[in-house]
Amino acid sequence: MKETNSSVLESAILKKFSSLTLDHADDSDYMTQIRRQAFEAFKSGGLPRRTEEKWKNSKFDQVLENQMEFLTEKPEYNSEVSEIFHCSIHGFTTQVEAFLNGWYYTPNKNPLKVHDNGLIIGSIRAAQHQYPELFNLHFGKIAQHNQHGFSVVNKGLFQDGLFIYVPDGVFVEESIQLIKMVNAAKKLMINTRNLVILGKNSRLSLMHCDDSVNHQSSLINTVSEIFVGENATLDLYKLQNINDVTCLINSTSVWQSRNSRVKVNVITLNGGTIRNELNVDLQGEGAEADLNGIYLMDKKQQVDNQVFVNHAVPHCNSSELFKGILDEESTAIFNGYIHVNKDAQKTNAFQRNNNILMTPDAKVDTMPFLEIYADDVKCSHGATIGQLDNEAMFYLRQRGINEKDARLLLMYAFAAEVTDKIDITPLRVNIEDMVKKRLRGELSICEKCVLHCSTPDIPLEFEIDLSKI
Amino acid sequence: MLLDIKNLHVSINGKEILKAFNLTVNKGEVHAIMGPNGTGKSTLAAAITGREGYEITQGEIWFNGELINDMSPDERANKGIFLSFQYPVEIPGVSMTNFMRTALNAKREFNNQPPVSATDFLKKMEEMKNLVEIHSKLTNRSVNEGFSGGEKKKNEIFQMAMLEPTMAILDETDSGLDIDALKVVAKGVNALRADDNGFVVITHYQRLLDFIVPDFVHVMYDGSIVKSGGKELALELEANGYEWIKEAVAEK
Repeated sequence: MKETNSSVLESAILKKFSSLTLDHADDSDYMTQIRRQAFEAFKSGGLPRRTEEKWKNSKFDQVLENQMEFLTEKPEYNSEVSEIFHCSIHGFTTQVEAFLNGWYYTPNKNPLKVHDNGLIIGSIRAAQHQYPELFNLHFGKIAQHNQHGFSVVNKGLFQDGLFIYVPDGVFVEESIQLIKMVNAAKKLMINTRNLVILGKNSRLSLMHCDDSVNHQSSLINTVSEIFVGENATLDLYKLQNINDVTCLINSTSVWQSRNSRVKVNVITLNGGTIRNELNVDLQGEGAEADLNGIYLMDKKQQVDNQVFVNHAVPHCNSSELFKGILDEESTAIFNGYIHVNKDAQKTNAFQRNNNILMTPDAKVDTMPFLEIYADDVKCSHGATIGQLDNEAMFYLRQRGINEKDARLLLMYAFAAEVTDKIDITPLRVNIEDMVKKRLRGELSICEKCVLHCSTPDIPLEFEIDLSKI
Repeated sequence: MLLDIKNLHVSINGKEILKAFNLTVNKGEVHAIMGPNGTGKSTLAAAITGREGYEITQGEIWFNGELINDMSPDERANKGIFLSFQYPVEIPGVSMTNFMRTALNAKREFNNQPPVSATDFLKKMEEMKNLVEIHSKLTNRSVNEGFSGGEKKKNEIFQMAMLEPTMAILDETDSGLDIDALKVVAKGVNALRADDNGFVVITHYQRLLDFIVPDFVHVMYDGSIVKSGGKELALELEANGYEWIKEAVAEK
């Protein structure tokens, strides 16, 4: 990247990189080296442009000329998480891990908690020092596929993030809910990085909630690396309900060992420009990945789902089902890429992307893509873009259901194929309810949590003086 | 007078299908409409129920003393017009329970009645399922999805029983039914016959009319009724086919 061609954002990032040693003086030697490598990579590569195949329809180039700021130092948080955040789903409790403006929210607490069963949860910054063997083994090794300028920036400049280690044989009973809230008076670029490690025969259910509580335009750049050990089970929910001006890149990479099972549900209810990347590496025989997504967009919003599944070894199963309803002038991109290695015989890989366009101005670019080098496999892919079924509309209306309700029923039914796949019943009921509200136009950006769909009684307020940061 | 159709002309994409069609149905009456393929029988059903794309170029449809030419399909439905579809539509993801409750409550709301209670609703579902001998659980099944041909038609009559229309149009409800299913469907219809409602039964064959005995039989040809009579007319058609009707029309 030539300095003269740098965008405003790239210049700001370069400036930020140049004070690396100062900003991250507490880093381990290993981490310092990684950040420096990222700096070098960024200097030559910069941020992606629309000229690149995987970004050609993306609206992300709009952030390039934005003046963004970085929060280098961790602010002091004085109140308990429970005071600022409350998630109420009847019959469903979670262990909440909150991040505010990209920083781990732990007032008066150790940044890393070790539970009786050996489960470790806390700040990734602390983990690099306290658990270097775990950290160094996995950090930066899982997010290998489809890397780009934003991933490089994330690697080099991440502020903080969540670290989870589930030891061998441990079943984490309560779901862990990762809440990422943004509330600032300035336009921020927030880089967070999560590392989740599941030992052999372990089990974890993780909810990753991206939320905004203000109306500033932020750029949230998150990378999550997840290692799933032999015969381990991961349930991952990505829930997104952010404001109309925020740009979010949520890049998740999963490494699956032998006989591991991973289920991902990506639920995008609102957001300015969202890019969801999901890279799944099936590296152990018998591994199974079930990847589902629903997106409901309107106004000028954009959602971009980039799903990559790498069948590296034989006898693995993967299935993808992504569905979306696009209203007004919203756009969606689906790029589903399945790669089947030469040795990956007896692979089952399925992929489907269905879209409903509610208006002539809504747009979908869907790109299913299979690359198969093995000869004994079962693979399929399909994509549809259409409108609501007129026959079904008339049938419903002939039974007395008015046009608006008939449309809602059909849209809801369309979405239900995905939401039905949520195994935790109270969560499913809640998300179905949110989808209904979203389709009725009643869902606002929740002030507390993406899952808290009732109108909060007390507006949430953060007492952070940004002038001191 | 329940339904009064006067000089109705209906076009699809500029092509006239119904031509000067007239029909009067009083409360308590069952009218059978017969005729060869392509004479406009299903177009008639579509025009009465207000289906999009069926343009009324001339004439009037009166229902219970109201002109309904320009009413939306749902308004007509809520006023008491029901169509048993020739090809019931499969709607994946919409459960029968949710569908029926939404429809029932739409009608109740239209009539300024409070929504039906869950208990009453389930009781009624159970009762009407028994009437048409639907034995499977409908609760978790999507509307018509995976239903056999017979089940789909039974499901139409089930919905009719749930919604209690005053004017029901059965569009070839007998097509694709075996004799046992046909009897069940007819039994359901007969149970719902009353002094304050009317039926229009569209069919090709006499067979259905052995079980649902009509008060009047009309023969449709080329967009209008060319012959009307009592139930014996259906037998005549069964014995002699439609050719003599066509010839009679041609002579005119």
